[in-house]
Formats: sequence, C-alpha cells, structure tokens
Amino acid sequence: MQKAFVSIAVAASLGLGATAAQAAILDDVKAKGYIQCGVTGGVAGFSAPDSNNVWTGIEVDYCRAMAAAIFNDADAVRFTSLTSQERFTALSAGEVDVLSRTTTWTMSRDTQLGISFVGTMFYDGQGFMVRVEDGIESALDLSGAAICIESGTTTELNAADYFAANGMEFNTVVFVDQDEVVKAYEDGRCDVYTTDSSALAAERSKFANPDDHIILPEIISKEPLGPVVRAGDTQWFNIARWTYFALLEAEELGVSSANVDEQLGSDNPAIKRLLGVEGEFGAPLGLDNAWAYQIIKLVGNYAETYERNVGPDTPIGLERGLNALWRDGGIQYAPPIR
Amino acid sequence: MTDIGFVRSEMVEARPAPVRTSGAVAWMKKNLFATPLDSVLTVFGVAFLLWVVPPLYGFFFGNAVWAGGTVEDCRVETAGACWAYIAAEMEFFIYGFYPAQEFWRPNLVFALGALLLAPLLIPKVPYKRLNAVLLLIAYPVVSYILLAGGMFGLRVVPTEQWGGLLVTLIISVVGITLSFPIGIVLALGRQSSLPIIKTACVMFIELIRAVPLITILFMASVMLPLFMPQGTTVDKFLRALVGVTLFTSAYVAEVVRGGLQAIPRGQYEAAAALGLGYWRRMWFIILPQALKHVIPGIVNNFIALFKDTSLVYIVGMRDLLEAVKTKNDSAIEWQSANMATTGYLFAGMVFWVFCFGMSRYSIFMERRLNTGYKR
Repeated sequence: MQKAFVSIAVAASLGLGATAAQAAILDDVKAKGYIQCGVTGGVAGFSAPDSNNVWTGIEVDYCRAMAAAIFNDADAVRFTSLTSQERFTALSAGEVDVLSRTTTWTMSRDTQLGISFVGTMFYDGQGFMVRVEDGIESALDLSGAAICIESGTTTELNAADYFAANGMEFNTVVFVDQDEVVKAYEDGRCDVYTTDSSALAAERSKFANPDDHIILPEIISKEPLGPVVRAGDTQWFNIARWTYFALLEAEELGVSSANVDEQLGSDNPAIKRLLGVEGEFGAPLGLDNAWAYQIIKLVGNYAETYERNVGPDTPIGLERGLNALWRDGGIQYAPPIR
Repeated sequence: MTDIGFVRSEMVEARPAPVRTSGAVAWMKKNLFATPLDSVLTVFGVAFLLWVVPPLYGFFFGNAVWAGGTVEDCRVETAGACWAYIAAEMEFFIYGFYPAQEFWRPNLVFALGALLLAPLLIPKVPYKRLNAVLLLIAYPVVSYILLAGGMFGLRVVPTEQWGGLLVTLIISVVGITLSFPIGIVLALGRQSSLPIIKTACVMFIELIRAVPLITILFMASVMLPLFMPQGTTVDKFLRALVGVTLFTSAYVAEVVRGGLQAIPRGQYEAAAALGLGYWRRMWFIILPQALKHVIPGIVNNFIALFKDTSLVYIVGMRDLLEAVKTKNDSAIEWQSANMATTGYLFAGMVFWVFCFGMSRYSIFMERRLNTGYKR
C-alpha cells in the first residue's frame, strides 16, 4: 500500500518536474560545493555515527569517494538521514544528490520510480541465526521451530516462501520493532532469528556470548544493496557508477591509499590509466583526470572500506563472501578502464 | 455544714491518647487492617512491592554500571542499567551531529534561554515587559544566528546536523511560543461575526484537527517537495517546525474557545458599554478571564506537543528519542544486553523531567491567578 503510494507520488513528481529545465546535477553540485548524500538513520557498518559522532560506514565511504572524485575533498559531503518511506521522494525531488542507504535493487524500483541503481556495493541476503546448543546445522532442519521475525518486512515473506518451497512447518513469533525481535530471541522466546545476514552478524556481536550463536550457511534471498541516483542525468549516473568501479578496480590492481603515491610511477598501463597518468578518462565525466587517484588517496579502495567498516576485524565481522572480487571467488567485478 | 467532698482546683494534666488509638500499631490498624478486605489488600500490596522494588532498585542503582564503567562491565550477566553508555554518548543525545568545536553555540543558546526565561516565570521579578520583548523577539533572532551560523564569521551548521535534545527543545519552544498566539487569534476568529474570517478559521481548525500529526509531517516531508519547482527545497527542519506549530495552534484554538464561551455575555456587553473597541475589549476584559480558565487545557496541549516532537523522526530529523535510537542501533562498541533499555529509560526520564516541570508550573500559575474564585 505504502509502496504504491510512494510510486504514485514519485511518478507525479516526474510529470510535474518534466517541464522544468533539467540542469546537470554535476553543475549544481559544483556550484554549492558539496554532495548531499541520503543515508540511513544509523545502521552500524553501513551508515552510522561513530564514537566521535562522525558519519562512518561503507555507504558513507561511497559518498565520500564521490566527493573525493569531484572536489578532491572527502569531506565535501553532507549527510541527510532518510526513512525508508521518504528516501525515493527525497531523491527525485532533488533533496539529495545520491542515495546510499541500504537500498535493495529490485526491478520495480529501477523501472518505475524514475531512479537508477548504480551498482551493488554490498551483496546481502537473508539468513538464520540459532543457538549452538540446539544442534541445528542447516536451515532445512528448522521445520516447526519458533522463528522471531519483524512484521511487515520482505524478511517475513522470504521466510514464508522458503518454508513453503521446502514443505516445512512455518511457525513465527512476530514483533514490530527490531529491538524487540532481538530481545525475544535472546530471552529464549523463539529458537531462530532471521533477517539480512549482515544485520544478523551485527546483532550477534551484541550478545553477551556471541559464540553461543551461529548463523546458518543458507542464504534464502538476494538483497543487492547499492547507491541510487535520479534517472535522466547520464553524466551524473556515470560519475556515480565509475566511482564504484574505481573502488573495485583499485583493489584488483593492488592500489590502496597507502601505496597510491608510489603507484603513480608504476609501469602497469592499467594502473596508469586508473590514476590518470595516461589517457583522458576524467574529462568525459566532467572531472579531473586524477579523479580515481583522489578517491583512492582520500578514501581507499573497496577492500579498505570493507575491512574498515564491516570486515572480520570489526565488531560486525562479516567475511567477504559474495563481496570478494571475482578472482577471489566473489562476484564484485568492474569493467576495465580503457 | 456539709463538706462538698472534692473540688478540683486545677486542670488535669493532658495525657497521651491510649495506645489503642495512637502510635504506629493503631495507625496501621486504622489504615491498613480496618476490615478483612483491607488486610488482604495490604498483604498483597506489600508482597507486590517486595516483589517489584528490589529488582528495580538493583537494575537502576545496585547493579547499574555508572559513568566510567566499561562495556565489559555492562556485558556481565548480572549487570543492571548501563549508565556508562549514556555518559559516553551524552554529546550525541544533546547535540546530534552538531560539530564538537561549535558546541559553545548551542550551549550559549541554552544558557541565554534559561537566563531570560527564569525571571519571566517568577512573578516577583520586575521589568516583565522588557524581559518578554528580549525573550520573544531578540532571543529567537540571536539563537537562530548562533545555531545556523553563516553570519559574523560563524561557521554554517546546516539543520541536518542539529539533533538530540537541542532539536526537541527548539521544536517545542518555538511550537509553544508560536501556537499560543496563533491559537488565540484562531479562537477569536471562529467567534467573529465576519463570515470570511469565521469560515477560514473554522476550516483551518477542523481540517488540522481531523488529521493526525504523523500525516501532516509525512505530507510536509514527502508530498510538499513534489509540488515545488525542481531544485527549490524548504529546509526539512522548517517544515517540521511549521507542521508542529499549525497542528498545536488548532488545538489551542479550541481550548481557548472553550474559555471564551465560559465568560458570561454580560462581560462582553459591559466591555462594549465602556466604549472599548474590539481588540481592547478582548485584551483587557475577555481574554484575561478566559485564559485563566483554560490554563490546564493549554498546558495539556503544550505537554502533548513536547512529547509529539519525537514524531519528527518521520521526516528524518533526529530528536532526543531518535538520537537514542540511532545510538542503540549503531554504537557497536557499547552493545550489551541492557544498552537499548537504558537508552530508552534515559530518554523517558528526560521527557518526564520537562513535562513534570511544565505541569507543576501550570498548577502554580493557576493558584496565583485564581483571584476571583477562591472559595
């Protein structure tokens, strides 16, 4: 219902906005001197205030990377917290220039809302957490188990689909709020807790004894999370997309914020092209040819931002998994810069 | 002569009442164990207190981890409230994302506000008129310049960086000070004999009262941008502020109208007979009597407004409650079993302190203004 309402609202806005002259977003952004970036209200590891109340997270780093590419200043970005209801309207109304807010890339969103998904910054999927003492090793053993779940989410629908498809008994304990769900699971009111696996890992890290709980290997849904821009401005879309690709390309070529200055002297043509030593790859984007150098110097490559925000050494502790580069067994893949 | 056996020449010394009617035992017998039902209720009551109070005490004080404690202390199985978490994140709860090196600006605003408000609330302090002008006209301007910056060499701090208690207080203070006069004007307009003014006021009041605040805020944040030319945006904070103010003024208008109707017709006629114009009649005769009657109702609305400020999370603003929620969800370094509970308890206590303060002050004002009706 709500989704339909938002779709109509956004469609209406496009109708109204179509008459207004479409100024290039890049020109607007350069004129005001910063990027307005839409983020969550606080999801640890993705976009959240750190202990010094500075925005951090993998999605925040993406916006900082765009700012670095455009302004050579990773702080030339302002963050707006958006709720999941208002995020698409805020984007189409021009309140934010880029939306980097745990947004799942789906067909209806991509084709009906007048927005364009840039890529998949983070491949997520729904998983299950259980207590070690219950001895469950696969999601297929969960028939009849009491499942703690947040109401009104795709999580609930995915789980229902999965149980129906495998002919298992689906037995839920439903709550309205995430905190309540976790509390109920912790208090033993249910045997299983299900949500996106990144959130499972984050919640697990909060428990008194995280080792008493395991996350089952089955991932039952595809949740590709990525940044989004307004449709219709190809230049801005390209900047957004190639910012993401530059993060990946840098990791693939072994260029990091630590060694980027040495790599300027590299003989590898691919690195030369990435860092703008050779070729004119920034100009078509309306940027400096050192755009990717600026990203890597100020923010780092994909691996760095991943390790810093959600990687195994952080409290969230997520292995790279699907988010590893294609050559390391993941599916993160960037087209060549040439 | 017959002797009159005995004449008392002085009063008998007063003696304490018999033990049966005084002292702790008698008091208990009278108040706690007067009937069998009383006795049963007393026993249950005491049992309930014994059951509830010690764990609560343990949670709040006994086993609580105080400021300076570490997250390891909070993660201990028996630990109570994790006050250390509140202490560590206090800056965020008060200022949100306001830049740390600029904290002196909101602090100055808080201090100025307290300095100007306190003498206005104490009836005995003189210079009320000057004080009111400073508080209602100069103070908002100064506060805005201080908080938003961009003038006098102050750094610009966009409103999306404001947060926490700062936002709660700004919205409620602005909402209260603006909705009160607007509400009075609307109430007077609704009683007006001029049809256009009357219809406009009735329509405004009925429209706003018929819609939930959430809807108004949602409209302001999601729909409003769609009707505006591409590229022009009204600050989200301003939108929330306008929404909350309009909403409260409609309610205040109806409360004030109740007060106006309680004034006998004779008062209106007497005022007119004195030759006073409309505004003087209202200002000197009617409103002072009417408003006095409706203090509880108005304060009720203001307390409701203070608590409703939490709803600005709908437009992505971060008030005190939302700031707590943000940290509950994201402050991984403080994650422990009672962390979220402690955060919510803290927010609840802050709200309670402010609302209880308003409520007590309104009772004080009622008593003070109760001149004509003392019985």
